[in-house]
Amino acid sequence: MESQFEVNVKRSDRGAVVVMKGTVNRAAKETLETAFEQATSVSGRVLLDFRGVDYINSTGIAVIVGILAMARAEDRVVAAFGLTDHYREVFNITRLADFMTIYDDETAAVAAG
Amino acid sequence: MVQVMRRRRTENETSSAAAVPTPESKTRLIEAIPIPPGDPLETLLLSSGGPVGLLDLELESGALGSIRAAGVELIVPLIGQGELLGALYLGPRLSDQPYSTDDRRLLGSLASQVAPAMKVAQLVREQQVEAKERERIQQELQVAALIQQTLLPKELPAIPGWHVDAFYRPARAVGGDFYDFIALDDGRLGVVIGDVTDKGVPAALVMATCRSMLRAAAQRHTSPAAVLADVNDALVPEIPPAMFVTCLYAIIDTEAGELVFANAGHNLPYVRTADGVVELRATGMPLGLMPAMPYDEKSYSMASGEVMVLTSDGITEAHDPDGEMYGFPRLMSRVARKPSNGDMVAAVVRDLEEFTGADVEQEDDITLVVVRRTSSAQDSAQTFEDAGRVLDAFTVASEEGNERIAIDRVSAAIVPLGLDSSRLERLKTAVGETVMNAMEHGNDNRPELDVAVEVSATEESIRVRVTDQGGGRPIPEATTPDLEAKLAGEQTPRGWGLFLVEQMVDDVRSTSEGGARTIELIMNREGAA
Repeated sequence: MESQFEVNVKRSDRGAVVVMKGTVNRAAKETLETAFEQATSVSGRVLLDFRGVDYINSTGIAVIVGILAMARAEDRVVAAFGLTDHYREVFNITRLADFMTIYDDETAAVAAG
Repeated sequence: MVQVMRRRRTENETSSAAAVPTPESKTRLIEAIPIPPGDPLETLLLSSGGPVGLLDLELESGALGSIRAAGVELIVPLIGQGELLGALYLGPRLSDQPYSTDDRRLLGSLASQVAPAMKVAQLVREQQVEAKERERIQQELQVAALIQQTLLPKELPAIPGWHVDAFYRPARAVGGDFYDFIALDDGRLGVVIGDVTDKGVPAALVMATCRSMLRAAAQRHTSPAAVLADVNDALVPEIPPAMFVTCLYAIIDTEAGELVFANAGHNLPYVRTADGVVELRATGMPLGLMPAMPYDEKSYSMASGEVMVLTSDGITEAHDPDGEMYGFPRLMSRVARKPSNGDMVAAVVRDLEEFTGADVEQEDDITLVVVRRTSSAQDSAQTFEDAGRVLDAFTVASEEGNERIAIDRVSAAIVPLGLDSSRLERLKTAVGETVMNAMEHGNDNRPELDVAVEVSATEESIRVRVTDQGGGRPIPEATTPDLEAKLAGEQTPRGWGLFLVEQMVDDVRSTSEGGARTIELIMNREGAA
């Protein structure tokens, strides 16, 4: 099965937004890491937009852990929004939510920036 | 002496009375001659604001002549809030002197004090009439409720291998819901649920009649369709126009679990089975509309663990604060989920209350009858095995991404079971991770080796078995990943699969047999994970 992951980085008032689409699994690793590096070239917070993500598996969790490790090394704040209730639960169970604030929606994420 | 005549708000006339001298006592009672609304005299009295002498009065009034003829010399209007509440009619003074200015002032002052009291008296009287009417309606409702509660079964049938439960809660206006259990020959049980259109005493009386007719017909016929046809013919000449009765009648052979039923336009019964909820359909017109109506008769074989739920439209037609109806889909979804404590009646009532809001007045009667065939040693052989009923079985090749195929098929297989969405998503994630592990660690990602998946369900749980061909290597224990160490770069960011699987489902078991290793995921159909 081919990789079905697309990412787009856009600037926001207080940093950058990484807009993801498709499946977050190990195949998304390189694309997402490149996008994250691009996002950190802008100063401020990096916001992960999960609205377009329909599937995250354990290899995808590992990719996000890798992103959080990069952010920690560069002392950058990461936040997220647009997760379904189920993946929010997964992020809580895996404690990823302890290392990035998860907002209900874009408005809340931007307002809290 | 003076007599005051009151104008009643329900009558469109002002009536008055007063005293004039009689030969004996020098006083006599003047007849209360009404002043019709709109009479010029009424207009004059309202505009004068005080006593009006009649001796020299010239007015085109129909009432004036009669009042004068009765011996009235002075009229003192009683006015409250611009309305002529009544009037005092006075005859000549006892001294035969004309009424002086002081007399008139005194009478005017008296009238201005009497008028508000009269207004209050009028209102009190109206309230008393309304209170009596309310009391009458309340009493009628109590009679209706009494009829209904007297005729509903006092006890539930106790039959080995079966659990029967019922619930009835009348609306304030008492509708015409009823249910009944009729003991028949050979251990058969008749179950009735019905609803009379209309409310109050008329509905309760029709319900009582219908119940008696059903009980009599049930002893005469062994066929539910014949029973309903019989009752319909008996009811048509008896029932008031524009009233009818919806009714479902089922006969359960409690030994064999066979159910035969007919339906006169009532809500369809739902049966929760291991494969989801089924509707028991049989067509027929409501009772009491037209004679000689045919009724469909259908049968259904109830397996152990299956639950039949009969309802009245007070449930499905209840509204939430936004005006949305509870409806059949929501009822079906509630019936599909096994209540954690097994109490289906309480589960449906609670779900309905959550939907309508707790403090909302109930719109219609609510009636529920629940019949469950319980497991018994005698019939356990013909029901689900411990393993449950297989819903789907398939294989996927060990190629990355194929876990999505497995997730979709498992998901499709269990949709009819009505698992709540949160538990469904958890199970999907667990299935995906388990299949990935089987492909990667069991089959070493060799595309020619398949992973077998089997989905089955019992009344209590859903089971997904995932089998690889990896030679039965032992599976490592799932441990909680050390996220801090991973973030610090001290550990690989991977290693989440087994941990997630254990967190997502209620139980994980593993077995090895020959070259096959099987992981079994158990997800309870209801309850805490």
